[in-house]
Amino acid sequence: MKVWAIAYNTFREAVRDKVLYSLLFFAIALIAASVVLNRLAIGQQSKIITDLGLASISLFGTLIAIFVGIGLVSKEIDRRTILTIVSKPVGRGRFLLGKYLGLVLTLAVEVTIMAICFLGMLAIYTDGRIGPALLAIGLIFAELCVVTAVALLFSSFSSAFLSGLFTIAIWIIGHMSADLRAFGQKAGGAARPITEALYHVLPNLRNFDVKAQVVYGLPIPGDLVTYVLLYGAVYVSLVLVAATLIFERRDFT
Amino acid sequence: MTPALKTQDLVKEFRHPMTMKKVRVVDHLSLEIKEGETFGFLGPNGAGKTTTIKLINGLLRPTSGRIEIFGRHHRDVGVKSRIGFLPENPYFYDYLKAEEFLEFYAQLFGIPRDERRRRVKRLLERVGLGDKAGIQLRKFSKGMTQRLGVAQTLINDPELVILDEPMSGLDPIGRRDVRDIILDLKREGRTVFFSTHLIPDVEMICDRVGILVEGALRDQTDLHNRLAASASPCEILVAGIPAETFERAAAMATRTVARGSEMMFEVPGDGSVEKVIDLVRAAGGRILSVTPQRESLEALFLREVRRTDGARGAGREGAA
Repeated sequence: MKVWAIAYNTFREAVRDKVLYSLLFFAIALIAASVVLNRLAIGQQSKIITDLGLASISLFGTLIAIFVGIGLVSKEIDRRTILTIVSKPVGRGRFLLGKYLGLVLTLAVEVTIMAICFLGMLAIYTDGRIGPALLAIGLIFAELCVVTAVALLFSSFSSAFLSGLFTIAIWIIGHMSADLRAFGQKAGGAARPITEALYHVLPNLRNFDVKAQVVYGLPIPGDLVTYVLLYGAVYVSLVLVAATLIFERRDFT
Repeated sequence: MTPALKTQDLVKEFRHPMTMKKVRVVDHLSLEIKEGETFGFLGPNGAGKTTTIKLINGLLRPTSGRIEIFGRHHRDVGVKSRIGFLPENPYFYDYLKAEEFLEFYAQLFGIPRDERRRRVKRLLERVGLGDKAGIQLRKFSKGMTQRLGVAQTLINDPELVILDEPMSGLDPIGRRDVRDIILDLKREGRTVFFSTHLIPDVEMICDRVGILVEGALRDQTDLHNRLAASASPCEILVAGIPAETFERAAAMATRTVARGSEMMFEVPGDGSVEKVIDLVRAAGGRILSVTPQRESLEALFLREVRRTDGARGAGREGAA
């Protein structure tokens, strides 16, 4: 119940923040704009709506995950609300878990709203299949869960600004970690163990991206989806444990 | 009986972020607060009061030393449910309404829903915010926030209440209200530990005070004993006595002040007080007032602070 109370409060804070609504507005506007572009691209049919729709959900979801995520803990510390929370009978780990789940809940609601708009467009304007698009959105959401955990980890020991920089860096590298590994193997020498280590430590976010398969109607193997979801769950768990270990030792001056 | 709060050789050092030099903020602090006691934690600004309170609440980790609350480790989650804590200049979630805020904090103690509702309503009434339940905290004044802070301190019906500068930033009415709440808590048998630099509040409320200067406890005083000290000297203000009586009374006094027809004798508390009074009345004079000259807490406080300053000055000279 305590974790839920913190999660719900985090959700309530996000919902009462106007910034979130403007992001959501832009996302929906972009999804709607894809219909106009679709008319221009004769013969491409559903491709543009699918491509732009999924990209919007991913982009705006990531923006929310990062910008709300980096403030999850640092804002509590800056505003000193942490003082009364941590002195209550709530373990610090549970506090972090509550904050995390609160943002995940917020993202779930945001993604659902964006998804309804997108799938609506898809159903009305194209003969595209809803199933694969839904799967792609599910994986985008899983990626957002990983990004949120990373943002929370940084937020547990650094300022919102630094957390933002770190999380964006990890998000970018996370989308090209396979390239990084390939580069290391070609370069050889000292670069190799470093890129290899980065490849294993940083989240491999490209795993979650099946936009291209959906746009071009390619098959998405079921065991790949299971593997990716499992990978995400393990990664999030490890990051949350690391955040707790750091947070347990923190002094709140 | 297990003390409500006990610290033993508590030390907290911080590293200066630039020079990396260690700065000791709390210096071998040993305290013991009995159950049901109201303890005033006095000290000038920067003495280490807030740091000590944060150590007790588990917000900071001690460099060394122990803290026990009701005989258990202070970071034990079970023990935390018996504590109420109000930080200095508290700030709360400004997007919440007053009742939502208290409801949220009650949930953190695992209080069931119906009981939560009852407590929130009762506490808002108690701190004078009964009609502000539906107002967002961003619209609250400092005084209202402080009152709400007191309410959240009591949401779990705590046995030990820790208040950091509960009167700071309040107007006289707010201060009186907070003082009355502390007196109520005392009557209800709760242990109250509160820090302040306002001495009159302490004198009126506390059973015992500790004076903290530069992170070290300089003095612990039982205020009841101090106030009950019968041998304290008195100032006797009289009027309408002849010169001869004045001479005889002045012989017993340590200090005499004449102001028109009124005279003041400062008399040691060894029985001379009664003698002077008898003398004046026998001569047909009037006794205007008899004021015991207890060493006030303020004097004690200033002496302890100065003693530290003096020792530091001497240390500097010695080093030079």
